[in-house]
Amino acid sequence: MSTKRKKASLALIARKLLPFATGVGMIFVWYGICMSLSADQRFLLPTPHEVARAFVEKGPALWGAALNTGGGALIGFGLAVALSFLFALVLSLSPLVRASFYPYLMILQMTPIIVIAPILILWVGPGLRSVVIITFLICFFPMVVNTTQGLISTDSNLVAFFKMCRASKVQTILFLRVPAALPYFFTGLRIAATLAPIGAIVGDYIAGNSAGGQGGLGFLTIIYSSQFQMGALFATAAVGCLLGFIFVMGVIALSWLALHKWHDSFSHGDT
Amino acid sequence: MIEDSPLPIVELRDVDKRYGDGPLILDKISFSAKRGDFITLIGPSGCGKSTILKLISGLNPISGGRIVVDGLEPSNAVEKLAFVFQEPTLLPWRTVAQNVEVPMQLHGADAKLRQEVVRKSLSLVGLGDRMDYYPRQLSGGQKMRVSIARALSVSPRILLLDEPFGALDEMTRDHLNEELLAIRQQLAWTAFFVTHSVAEAVFLSNRIIVLSANPGRVHSEVRVDFPYPRTEETRESAPFGKMVAEVSKILRSVERLH
Repeated sequence: MSTKRKKASLALIARKLLPFATGVGMIFVWYGICMSLSADQRFLLPTPHEVARAFVEKGPALWGAALNTGGGALIGFGLAVALSFLFALVLSLSPLVRASFYPYLMILQMTPIIVIAPILILWVGPGLRSVVIITFLICFFPMVVNTTQGLISTDSNLVAFFKMCRASKVQTILFLRVPAALPYFFTGLRIAATLAPIGAIVGDYIAGNSAGGQGGLGFLTIIYSSQFQMGALFATAAVGCLLGFIFVMGVIALSWLALHKWHDSFSHGDT
Repeated sequence: MIEDSPLPIVELRDVDKRYGDGPLILDKISFSAKRGDFITLIGPSGCGKSTILKLISGLNPISGGRIVVDGLEPSNAVEKLAFVFQEPTLLPWRTVAQNVEVPMQLHGADAKLRQEVVRKSLSLVGLGDRMDYYPRQLSGGQKMRVSIARALSVSPRILLLDEPFGALDEMTRDHLNEELLAIRQQLAWTAFFVTHSVAEAVFLSNRIIVLSANPGRVHSEVRVDFPYPRTEETRESAPFGKMVAEVSKILRSVERLH
């Protein structure tokens, strides 16, 4: 019994320690690769401590850019969530409505952002507005598709029960279809949350505004790459990664709040 | 005078049903229920037992004939009816108490009344202490109990039960049968019950209507005269076993027709 428990706690420690050990190992490999590079290739890969130094040196610039990009991502993401929800409600009304809108939704999704961006710049000018719209365009599609799927996948037995109670159309949507769609909605939200910061950075890269400290991470990327500041580029990538992480964690926290009590995607809590 | 009138609470007269241009599902079904009857419909699969319940509930329209529910068309008699489905059909995001109050909420009853009725209905089915549980925390039998409590919450005069205990193990099923009869002893509704189990039919009902299939027709009716309240002893008695054997024989003869 006690050896069993010992084994179990060892396994637990191993599980906590291993990811950390893997990280340390990767840093060693990274240093190894850096040292194996010939002198004229050295500039291609900064060492970990050079990246760390870039973090400190470029701190204020990175922080400001992260705020700009994060803000743009959040606004675009929020708009996409709100509008996609309303649009999904409309699409859920009938297969006919879906059939008439889906092809155009697909066309919108298939159009490369890189082509849309110049058009947007001409329409609304470079800067936050373009960034927000590009983020919105990237997030909108997965949100609409998932939420619509959720709204039309309501358990037919439950629909029959509501019909039996003579529930009105509005009541059925409010009390049945919307809550039943929540797990799907959050699946879409999670996908959109990973896309939002990427969308904002790409948007900033092509349609950002450099004037007056409005530049975001995309703009910094342009600057640092033109100056061959490899350490700073790596640091920028890390900030972008962190931003994505924050978005996803936020959505996971939200979906936990909404679903953990009743949905099977969260494990059974004994009461 | 009117109270004593022998007027049936539910009457089906020559009821036909087909879906669209499809084959005839039900062919001239006629029977009526007096107040307080517990009528069980049995028959081979495809005989349209569940369809009859849906027609009485007004959920589906009839194709011919006439159904009268307490003097009204089924579609106008909603408040008098409650339906218990094969599945518990609970909303997983609502607690037990919140599930029971759904029909009242949809009909716009005020919160205070709802609370009171929820407590009463749940204690009737023995789940007064599970109000704040979520459906996934309940066993199959408990979920079905909540579903019954929800049906009772609207004080129906007619209860339509479509194989509600079909998915449960035999012990739980027997137990819920007894509970159902005990509740009926307190609230006198008329029941229409669909099942595949002859023993369940004999235990619950005072009238068993045997249907034949393709299309569904009324084959015969069996009266079950054991006095209520029925208990475990009823189920273990010799006459009960004899009755089950008798009904099973009829059912087999009906199935042999095909």
